[in-house]
Amino acid sequence: MSFNIPIGPQHPALKEPENFTFTVDGEYVVGVKVRIGYMHKGIEKLMESKNYIQNIPLVERICGICNVAHTLCYCQNIEYLHGKEIPRRAEFIRVIIEELNRIHSHLLWIGIVAHEVGFDTFFMYTWRDREVVMDLIELLTGNRVSTALNTIGGVRRNIDNDKAYRLKKGMEILERRTKYYKQIATAEPTLLTRLKGVGILTPKEAIKWSAVGPTLRASGIKSDVRADDPYAAHDEVPFNVITYDSCDVFGRLMVRIDETLESIDMVRHCLDHIPSGPIRIRLPNAPPKGESISRVEAPRGEDIHYVKSNGSDKPERYKVRAPTLGNLLSLIEMLTSKGEYVVHIADIPVVLAGIDPCMCCMDRSIKFIDLRKEKVWTWTWDRLKKYSKEVHEKSK
Amino acid sequence: MGLLNWARRRSPWLLHFNTGGCNACDIEVVAALTPRYDVERFGALLVGSPRHADIMIVTGAITRQVKRRLIIVYEQMPEPKFVVAIGNCCISGGVYRGAYNVQEGLDTVLPVSAYVYGCPPKPEAIVKAIFALQEKIKNLEKISALKKVNKG
Repeated sequence: MSFNIPIGPQHPALKEPENFTFTVDGEYVVGVKVRIGYMHKGIEKLMESKNYIQNIPLVERICGICNVAHTLCYCQNIEYLHGKEIPRRAEFIRVIIEELNRIHSHLLWIGIVAHEVGFDTFFMYTWRDREVVMDLIELLTGNRVSTALNTIGGVRRNIDNDKAYRLKKGMEILERRTKYYKQIATAEPTLLTRLKGVGILTPKEAIKWSAVGPTLRASGIKSDVRADDPYAAHDEVPFNVITYDSCDVFGRLMVRIDETLESIDMVRHCLDHIPSGPIRIRLPNAPPKGESISRVEAPRGEDIHYVKSNGSDKPERYKVRAPTLGNLLSLIEMLTSKGEYVVHIADIPVVLAGIDPCMCCMDRSIKFIDLRKEKVWTWTWDRLKKYSKEVHEKSK
Repeated sequence: MGLLNWARRRSPWLLHFNTGGCNACDIEVVAALTPRYDVERFGALLVGSPRHADIMIVTGAITRQVKRRLIIVYEQMPEPKFVVAIGNCCISGGVYRGAYNVQEGLDTVLPVSAYVYGCPPKPEAIVKAIFALQEKIKNLEKISALKKVNKG
């Protein structure tokens, strides 16, 4: 059975198998070929053989890091099919858990970028403080990573006063620490030299290659599903769409730090304004015949789910477009030297990390083709990182 | 107990290999290396090259494309080598069991020394697996020492 693979409902994040072929001219990168599909598991096909309730845990495992965005998108989609509104309290709880998930994902990413530029102290700091939000997620849902909170028709666990109090306490710590990170990121010269002017994506190119999420917002374009097409309780929860005009990796870092602060405020607002009432309505197992699309702003960008129902208790077709796929084309743009803009081999790791994808463990090698010498060689990811550190140490 | 075995037990170097998982286990493996759990206090260190590694940590469902490459990486590791399967998907296929592109469990591909259940397992469980492997290496030494005595 042959398939057109390039998609697959997979979400390249932390350390995942993917293959990039870079064409280099001396020290400059002039072309990139991306080979994806190593992670293809066939989730969409598998979903057709399970019923709607059984599919929730499966959808959750499309991406372990932004699992809340996927389950939220899925549950919303099925609710659209039913044409039913869920209780308001459930919508607020959904926003709370979604924003907690965003905080955890952004802190994780800040650490990864610091690690890629060799600033391991910063990496350890962010990951240590990330444990605060992991504890809060565990408090709310019973699990650190896979939350399993969203379900069709509402949420599965309530928030009582004690939990709300502890959430607010945690938010205080996180706010203090995130402000400190902002101070580091804007003042630390080693970070600035490695991030400023690296991985440029102009607003025009960002739109042309359909970039999404923080990558798009760092190019100065105001686009956020939470603001443009509010879902759950986002129509009531105020927040600012963060944009930066620097169009480089530094901008992406600042967008994520500021979004973390926004998310902290949103969680607080939700806890203060959460209405009382039921948290779930029961919906029939089989939704009516029809099609539906739902959109959610995942930590990495816009997540789109499509469902087609034939009236039975199993979906006839389910399609997922995870945000990293949207960012992959603009990644190729960022990594290609044009005219005055040059990409050094040493900057590849941080540009790749900039869109928040994840590199490969198995395919850790990168193939280089030198145009002048017609030489082809292969490096592992770690060899590349070492090279990148050596080059930047020499240039000091 | 030779010096080499003692060193091996006290400094198991880890190779992290994602075979196509959802990243949940991966972030928990990284969390096990960071300050709160800090598996490095047992001498473990995450390395990039299979040639430096003693223990391979495998996370995620094994997809068809990854299977061959997984075996190549395993073969590159020097003896004695151990494999830890992390997460339900890696152990049995988990939630993806039945998908056309997924292997049913790591032990159909490689010999596995330790299994860590959970979806994803907590970092404590991962630390415990590494600690248990160190005990296993210690016992292996005893067995090899016994064999030597018997031969002698």
